[in-house]
Parts: sequence; structure tokens; C-alpha cells
Amino acid sequence: MNADPKMLVLRAPGINCERETYHALELAGGAPEFVHIKQLLQKPEELDRFQALCVPGGFAYGDDISSGRVLAQEMKHRLGDRLLRFVDDGKFVLGICNGFQVLVRLGLLPRSQGRLLEEVTLTHNLSNHYECRWVTLQTQPSRCAFLPAGLTLRWPAAHGEGRLIAKDAAFQQMLCDEGFAALRYVDNAGNPTEQYPDNPNGAPLGIAGLTDTTGRVLGMMPHPDRAYLSHHMPDWRRRRHQGDVPDNLDSDGDGMVVFRELVRVARGDA
Amino acid sequence: MQAWRVDVLVREDQPDPAGDAARRALAAEGLTALQQVRTRRGYLLGAELNESQVREFATAVLGDPIGDEVVIHAPDATPKPVAGGHTITVTPRPGVTDPVAHSVQKALGDMGLPVVATGTYRAFDVHGDVGLEPLQNAARRALANDVVQEVLADALPAGLPGAGGQPDLSVQHMPLAELDGDALEKLSQDGGLALDRTEMLAIQEHYAELGRDPTRMELETLAQTWSEHCKHKTLTGNVTFEGRRIENLLKSTIANVTNTLQRDFCVSVFVDNAGIIEFDDEDSVCIKVETHNRPSAIEPFGGAGTGVGGVIRDVLGTGLGARPIANTDVFCFAPPDTPAAEVPQGCLHPRHVFEGVVAGVRDYGNPMGIPTVNGSVHFDEHFIGNPLVYVGNVGILPTARAHKEPNKDDVIVALGGRTGRDGIHGATFSSLELHTESEMQSSGAVQIGDPITERIAMDAVLACAEEDLFSAITDCGAGGFSSAIGEMAEELGAEVELEHAPLKYQGLAPWEIWISEAQERMVLAVPPDKLERLLEVCAAEACEATVLGRFTGTGRLVIKYRGEVHADLDSHFLHDGVPKREHEAIYTPPDLEEPDLPPESDCGAALLDVLSDYGVCSKEWIIRQYDHEVQAGSAGKPLCGPDEDGPANAAVIAPKLGSHRGVVLSNGLNPRYSRIDPAAMAECALDEAMRNLVAAGGDPDYTAVLDNYCWGNTRDPQALGELVRATEALCALATTYRTPFVSGKDSLHNEFRAGDRTIRIPGCILVSALSVIPDVRRTLTSAFVQPGSKLVLVGLTKDELGGSVYYKTKGHLGRNVPRVDHALGHDVLVACHRAINARCALSAHDLSEGGLGAAVAEMAIGGGIGARIDLDAVRTADEISPERVMFSESQSRLLLEVPANRIDDLAANLHEVPFAVIGEVLESADLVFEAAGKAIATVALADAKRRWREPLDFDGTLTGGGAR
Repeated sequence: MNADPKMLVLRAPGINCERETYHALELAGGAPEFVHIKQLLQKPEELDRFQALCVPGGFAYGDDISSGRVLAQEMKHRLGDRLLRFVDDGKFVLGICNGFQVLVRLGLLPRSQGRLLEEVTLTHNLSNHYECRWVTLQTQPSRCAFLPAGLTLRWPAAHGEGRLIAKDAAFQQMLCDEGFAALRYVDNAGNPTEQYPDNPNGAPLGIAGLTDTTGRVLGMMPHPDRAYLSHHMPDWRRRRHQGDVPDNLDSDGDGMVVFRELVRVARGDA
Repeated sequence: MQAWRVDVLVREDQPDPAGDAARRALAAEGLTALQQVRTRRGYLLGAELNESQVREFATAVLGDPIGDEVVIHAPDATPKPVAGGHTITVTPRPGVTDPVAHSVQKALGDMGLPVVATGTYRAFDVHGDVGLEPLQNAARRALANDVVQEVLADALPAGLPGAGGQPDLSVQHMPLAELDGDALEKLSQDGGLALDRTEMLAIQEHYAELGRDPTRMELETLAQTWSEHCKHKTLTGNVTFEGRRIENLLKSTIANVTNTLQRDFCVSVFVDNAGIIEFDDEDSVCIKVETHNRPSAIEPFGGAGTGVGGVIRDVLGTGLGARPIANTDVFCFAPPDTPAAEVPQGCLHPRHVFEGVVAGVRDYGNPMGIPTVNGSVHFDEHFIGNPLVYVGNVGILPTARAHKEPNKDDVIVALGGRTGRDGIHGATFSSLELHTESEMQSSGAVQIGDPITERIAMDAVLACAEEDLFSAITDCGAGGFSSAIGEMAEELGAEVELEHAPLKYQGLAPWEIWISEAQERMVLAVPPDKLERLLEVCAAEACEATVLGRFTGTGRLVIKYRGEVHADLDSHFLHDGVPKREHEAIYTPPDLEEPDLPPESDCGAALLDVLSDYGVCSKEWIIRQYDHEVQAGSAGKPLCGPDEDGPANAAVIAPKLGSHRGVVLSNGLNPRYSRIDPAAMAECALDEAMRNLVAAGGDPDYTAVLDNYCWGNTRDPQALGELVRATEALCALATTYRTPFVSGKDSLHNEFRAGDRTIRIPGCILVSALSVIPDVRRTLTSAFVQPGSKLVLVGLTKDELGGSVYYKTKGHLGRNVPRVDHALGHDVLVACHRAINARCALSAHDLSEGGLGAAVAEMAIGGGIGARIDLDAVRTADEISPERVMFSESQSRLLLEVPANRIDDLAANLHEVPFAVIGEVLESADLVFEAAGKAIATVALADAKRRWREPLDFDGTLTGGGAR
């Protein structure tokens, strides 16, 4: 087994989920480290010390203009090629919520053409406002190297701009057919859904998260970083009473799988 | 100044949710014939850019290549009107904070383009048969706020505002010596100083002794420092009441409780921005609740947002820097369905206030990355002119860093946001009554917040705290630099060079810089040898930090601008010179009757009416808009049960990731009781906060509380008498409950003058409670867990329906308001906590508005399963009818869900208090209430849930299929 993989947890003005992301990675056996965007832009070669880059949730630069736009613009102009090399060297990128928005605007997701090109967008929820609610997700058979298919997971979504749309319906369908749509919102029956509130933003085909062409980049709107401990889960009291979780709550929350799997692949384990 | 205008439209084949929302908002203003509204996000870019630069920037950054279309208008072009409709354009008024414009400048720089002046606007293309004038009028109400925004019809903004004029930089003197009392009062009034005659005379006398006139800056500094907002002159004054003389009301009541109790978990009380209590061996938690009523009345969005920002800075500036971990917000509004004709001139409609306040809290709290975990909303028509917006924050800090003290020669550093003209006279404005023209006169006291600037300041302060780089810190709140630096320099004195303060724009006079309440600023005292490192850390965090002066040790506050002395104040006079106030207080109880109601003919229908009261009904529409999960500390959420739709008793947070140690946060308030007896209101607020806390798993013996007063005009002896009466009742109960007050706040002039009518709010004390618990895994929620469980009601039910929701649904107020039996109340809290800690209960709920009926229904809604209740089994103190048992609001009662095999354990834990098994949880989704062996109410849970969710479902997302 290799040493604990080094994971860069990006900080930036308005990023605000960095501490929980760091803690989840640490619990999963990774060696996370905070790096501020200012520091990274001054010394871009810093990136090469890491096995994985995590862009946490938040409101980078206030989400002014549109969510994640200003940070993505900054990274694209000043890190673009290095980010591509980072991925193509076999390293990993995880973007959660605002981090996902940044990766999409950067063109790192889904990157079906191999170049940095914006192919989809994350736009305003149909409800026209920010919304915080737990959703049920199903992991899809996808290219993603660190998200096993067929899991049903409860994570909280918390965003105002999470509706994933592509330039046309054919492309949206392609995302599902070609293994880019790694996570989809599902209803009680386990079927992908466009219906509120199971799908909190109205994304066509219920797409909640994407991987890229290499399977080494993953982004999603809902927050595994707020669901990695048992006591994060809603209704843990009833589940404990029914014997579904241990009495001392000493088990993973539904979000932990992402961090464990990311650490596993970043470590180079099969 | 001419500018390029860039319109960003949502792609035509895509839905435009903002447009749909605008159409609904306009329809609510009576424009029901609109077919469609489409929106445009607009940007103004300085005319120095050439067309290809604008195009490159607009398509790469301003518009989204997938979802948007971009239209560029040259600086001299006149945009084409919308076919078959009109365009409404909303632009910020000059000087109003526009954070997006700054981000646009940053993005220009990132792309290597010239960083020109920028601005933003929002346009609405309204399709449908509508006249321009009615549309513009409706838009002013529904899509904008006149105080901070301008509404243009069929036009885009002509360009960017020009540079400000030249300010008067000279030292201005205010001749006082010759003025008589009336003239002094007039001077105070005209200048918005809010100083009374006695205070103006004291200032006149002080300067007569000095043999000179005060400067304008000195007078402004005195007005800020002596304001009710900063000095609490009423509550710290002397009061004569019922033949007694009370010296310093606050000290002899609230502070006295804390001093008498001497609880060892108190770390710092009443001296800092927030009260601090011990959390574990290393860390402490602190809590502060503020009010932001006046600004929220005039500009709800900006007022509530900057209120949240302010209280977060309070906590950030507590001790040597605390990390905020939770927001809590409590609002009081007039009913949102108040007919427009009943809204006095000069008041915004309560629904606009409500929606604006919620949006303001959302759009400040969420970007800050601080979960909003707890709150409540109350409705009473007397809040029409003075809505109440309580904003609170909890933080965590190392106990070793809980105290601060600036040193002589420490450098004064300001960091965070820049100073602008916004927010001038906020502190003094909040000490005056609102009236019909307040909206126009006081707009300078209203601001729009910029949460990302505050987030950057927070990151920077906490990074500096980690390296121990400063010796004292406070936030710029009311009074701006004058209060922040003035308070820090109280002992040492300071010299300030105001020309170094970074400004948002040129054109500010020195006195304006000194008292501006521009948001997002902190002031630090930095030892000279740590200054370089502190500036380095701030730069690494992209946070602007500037040296403004130093603490001198002379005891004088000296303010210079480019070498000229604009103020030279004696610290002693500034902080202790305000004349002590003497007040008369009387209390005459209102003349009230109990209503003569016939026996309830349909208890089921009565329950549904109670559940759909605005005060009782679901607040999910609000809660969902707040991020209550960020920071991953949430262990007890605001909505509970398998479908996350039941109301929580209190918030449970485990703030240290990896540890199960936690805090429980709750609140209590019932304005309606105050109309019968303010003493009852005050007691019930504390009891309710404690019941909520205990029901969620909090420890009543390890709990600190806060008192937040909002009162009518306390210059009226009766109003002050009500306040004294309430305070004394509150303090007596807090002494029995052994809950120290650790912080508080007051807002005392909440009345509205409309013509010859004065509308005064009922006196309100919000009690917030914070408990530390060893293990969040022992907490519970209000949602039923297991069919077959027994339901145990702890406490005594009395004929106390005065002020109840049941009476309200019948159109009555009543007289028999609930009072708290102090000894019994204490025993109930302690016994219930013991039982819950022994895990005898699966769920628990306190009985408050709506009584037993509402409590059972709420537990059932959360759990998704029903209950059967035998009303005859309830322990009552009076002989009362079944409907009274169902809806009495007697205090000190909790309902516990207990597994049948744990009843004996429970009984042992509840040995000293009255309790009874009153029913059971059902497998079926029915609520059944029985009396004398037969069902007097049978309600389908689905009906209860629908009625409970409908009233505040503003956009159909709770009961319909979503916003479409």
C-alpha cells in the first residue's frame, strides 16, 4: 500500500466548505492540505505535489455574474494547461457543489472532446431560489474510476444554481448513455426523476453529477461532505431505533464512499 | 458617463425562473393579464473598452455559452423597445453597494483587459396588455425598493454615475455657547443626532469649561457614543416604579441574576461583543443576538442582510476572534394577508417585508458559510410599522483567547470592507420613532451587504488569530469607526489618521468617514512587532488591511485628517459624561375579560384552524432557503422525521468535527401574551426556550440565556412600567432555573406614527438559550418514531387560554394568560432531561402555541404516523372542558414518546413531577382525541398536514408540485 495520498483542498474567497471536505478526506485516510488560490496562482507548480485536487463548495467570489464563473475564469486563464496535464497524468479532481460549478465552467467536465470547452451549464433552479434539502441519488454505471455504480445514497443538496443543462436534448441524453452522468436524482421507486422536490432544481434526466472522459474527474451538486458521519444523516434516531445503524453511530454516513474511493484510487490501490 | 451595456438573456428555448417569479410578483400587485416576463442581467462597462474587447469579455464571462444569449449595446445606441410589451429596468442608486460590479472588474483584470468602471442592472421584458404607468408603479413595489433602487420604464441606464464632488475637508466648528435649550434640541433634531435636551446641555457645559466650541466630528462622536443603541440609556437609567427606586435597571435585574448565580461555566459575561461559556477543556462557545428592526422596516432585504452580517462580526470580534458556527433568526411581522388598504402610508406591505427579510437573511447567511439552524416567526397586526428582525450568531473560540486588552503603542488596523457614505446615522436613527416619511429621510441609514467581503475578513481574522497576531479586536457596527475605535481606546486613548482609511469612492468629508457604518469592517489592536506578519497574512487571504493610527496612553481620542485635528476628546467625558436618566414607570393592567364561548361543537375543525394559524403553521418555505447543513456540524436539523417536514424543538450542533460533544440552541417568544400581561410574556419566553431545549436533549443545568428586548416608546411611563414588570418576572424565573444571562440587547422605540395614529408593538422579550451537552447521540426530535409507543404528558394543565391561538381563531384575546409555577417549572425541566438522558424517550415536544392539540399533530406530521389521546387522562389543575385541555397553553409541559417497556424507568426518572400516560402512537395516519370514552375529534393526518403547510407556502412548493 502506498503512502497516504496528498490532496489539495482549494481555498478561495467565498469557498466555505473547506473544513468539512478536509476532515472527510482525512478520515478516509488521505493527507489533505489547504492551498489558497492566491498561493496556487503564484506557484502553479505546487499542484504537482498532489495526487488529487478538491474544489469544495461555497460561493467563490460571491458567485457574482454566475456561480463559480469568476474563479473558473481565473483558473482557466492562469492554470488551464496545468490542470489538463494534472488530469492526463492520471491524477484526480473532485468538485462539490460550487466546486462542481467551477469545474463545469472551466470545461473540465464533462470534457467529451478532450479540450477545455464548456459543454454544459448549471443554471438557476426552477424554483428561482436557493434550496437546502436532502435528496436521494443513485450512482450510475459510468466512466468514473471512484464511484461504484448501483448505490442509493442520501445527501443534502444546497444550491440556487444546480439545474444541469446541455446545449440540446441529444447531448443531455448522451451524458447518460455514454457514462458521463455519474449521479442522478431518483424518486421513491428508484427511478431518475425531473420532479420537484426529489429533483430539487429541475435538471433534465435528473442529472446531479458528472464525470469526465477519463473518469478521473467527478463533480456533483449535492454534498457528500455534509453526509459523511452517521449523525449527519437525517432521521438517524429512527434508523438507530430500528437497528439500521449501530447504537454508538460508529458507521459511515452515505457521503463517505466518495472520499474513501477517492483516497483508494489516489493511493494507487486497485 | 457613457458606457457599453451588455444584456444577458436566458436562451429562448429555456425556462426563465426569475422571469416566472417576476410575473407572479406583478400578478400579486394586480397585473394579472401578463403573458410572460423574461429577464435580462445587465452590465455597464466603461466606454474606454473597444467593441472587440467588450464582445470577448461578454461572451467569455458575462454570458454563459450554453444557457445564455448576449446582446451588446454601444454607448451611444438606443435599445429597441420590446415588441408587444414594455421593459422595466432596475438599477442600484448611486452609492449603493454593488458587489457584482467589483467582481466584473476582477474578471476584466484576470482576462488581461483594461479594468474600467462597471455597473449592473436588471431588466424585465414584460409581455402582455398593460399600461406603462401601472406597470412601473407595480414594479416599484414588486421588483424593486425605491430606497436603494431606481426603476426605469422602457429604457436602459444611460451610463455610469460620474465621480463624486469635492468634500469639505475643513475642520467645522459647531457654535453651542449662545444656544438655549430649545435651540440645542433643534440642532440635535436637524442634525439627526438623537440627543435630548439634557444631553445637549451637558455637552454645552463641557465645552464652556474648555472655552471652545465642539467640532462637528466631536459632536457626531458624542452622538454616536451616547446613542441609545450604544449606551442603553433607558435600561441603565434609574427608575421609580410602584413606590420603589431602582438604580440602574439593567444592573439590578438582569446582571444581578448572573452575578448571584455565579455559574462556573460562564467565561465572559456582558463585557464583550457576545457572552462566552465553557464548551470543553480547550474551547468555549459564545452567543449574541441583535435586532435590526429599523433598517428592515424600510429596506427589508438590505436591513435583514446587514443585520446578519453585523451579528456575525460581533461574534468574530468576541474575545480574540471566534469562529461563527450557527445563525439563528426570529421575526415578528404583521399578517402577510393584511389587505393593502389597511397598510398605513409609509409602511411596506407585510408580505414584502416578510419575503425581503427572508431573502436578506438567506443571501447573507448562506454565502458566509454559516448554517442558519434555528428560529421562529410571530404575527401580530401591531408589527405593521415596526417589524422585528432578531438576528443571532453562535461562535467557538479557544478559552485561553476569551479575553482581550489593547496595549499602549498597539497599532490600530482596519480590515475588510471599504468605507463609503452608506450607513451614516444608523445608530442615532435607530433611537428615533419611525414615521410616514422615514423611508425617504433615513435612506442613508440603510445598506446593502456584501457577504463575500465579510467572508474574506473572517478568514483573515481567524488566520491572524491562529498566529496570535493581535491583542484586541472589535467590529465596526453602529457608529462605525467612532464607536469601534472609541470603545477600544476608552482606557488608553488613541490617535487616528483618518486619511488612510480606504474609501469606496472619493467625496467623503472626514466626519463622514469617522461615523460611516459601512459594512464588513473590523478593527484590531496590533502589537508593533506583529504588524508586518499580520499584513502579510491579510494579503495572503486577499483581505485589505490598513494602519489607521495607534493607542497612545494619553486618555484622549485625537482624530486627524492630513495633519489637521478634527477631534480631540477626553475619554472620560466621552464614555462617562452622558447624564444618567431618571424615569417614572407605572403599570396599570389592561381591562380584559375571558370570552363567553359555547362548548366547542367540532374539536377536529378547531384543531385544523389552530394548525393553520400563521404562528403555528409550517415554516418550511423559509427554512429550505437557508443553508442549515454547511460546516457539517448538524446533528439535529430544523426539520425532522423520515420526510424531514416536522418542526424541530431546537438545533443540535456538534461543532468540532470528529467529536460528539455539542450544543443545543433554542428560543422562546410570545408577543400575544404581552397584550394581557408583560410579566407572563417574559416568563413564558424563558420557559418556552428551556422546554424547547430540554425536548431536544439540552441540559437545563448547563444553559446560558440571552434577553433581547423590543419595546414600544419607553418614554411613556406605562410602557416603561410594563418593561420593568416583565424584567422582574423574567429575572425571578431565571434565578429559580439557575440560567445566567450572558448577553442581551434592547430596541426601545418601536412605534409608528401615521397621521394622528400611533401604532405601538407589544413589548417583546426574546429569550435565546444555549446549552452544552457531552454527547449529541443522546438528543432527539419531535417526530414520532414507533407505532405502539405510549405518550406521556409531563406537567399540569390549567384553564390558561388567555392569549392562546385557540382564542385567536375565535376572535378573542382573553384574560387568563399562562403563568409559570417557578418551582414546578424547574422540576419539570430537570426531570424531563433526566428521563431523556436515560434514553427513556424516543421523541419529545414542548407544548406551546396551540397547546396539546398542536403538539400531538406536529409530532404526528413529523413521524408520518398518528396518535390516540385520552383527554380525560391529562393531569389538570382546574376542572376544565375537553377542548380547553386540548388547547390550553399552560407552561412547563412536555409530551414524551416512550416505548411501552420503558414506562417504569420513565416513572422513576419523573418521580418529583406530575405526569400521566395520555395515549399512544398509532400505526394508522389518524389523530384521535377522546373524552368520556368517545372520540371528540378525528382528523386524518393528511388533512392536518395540508392545513399546517398551506399558510406560508408562498410559491406552491410545499403543497403543490413546485413553482411552475
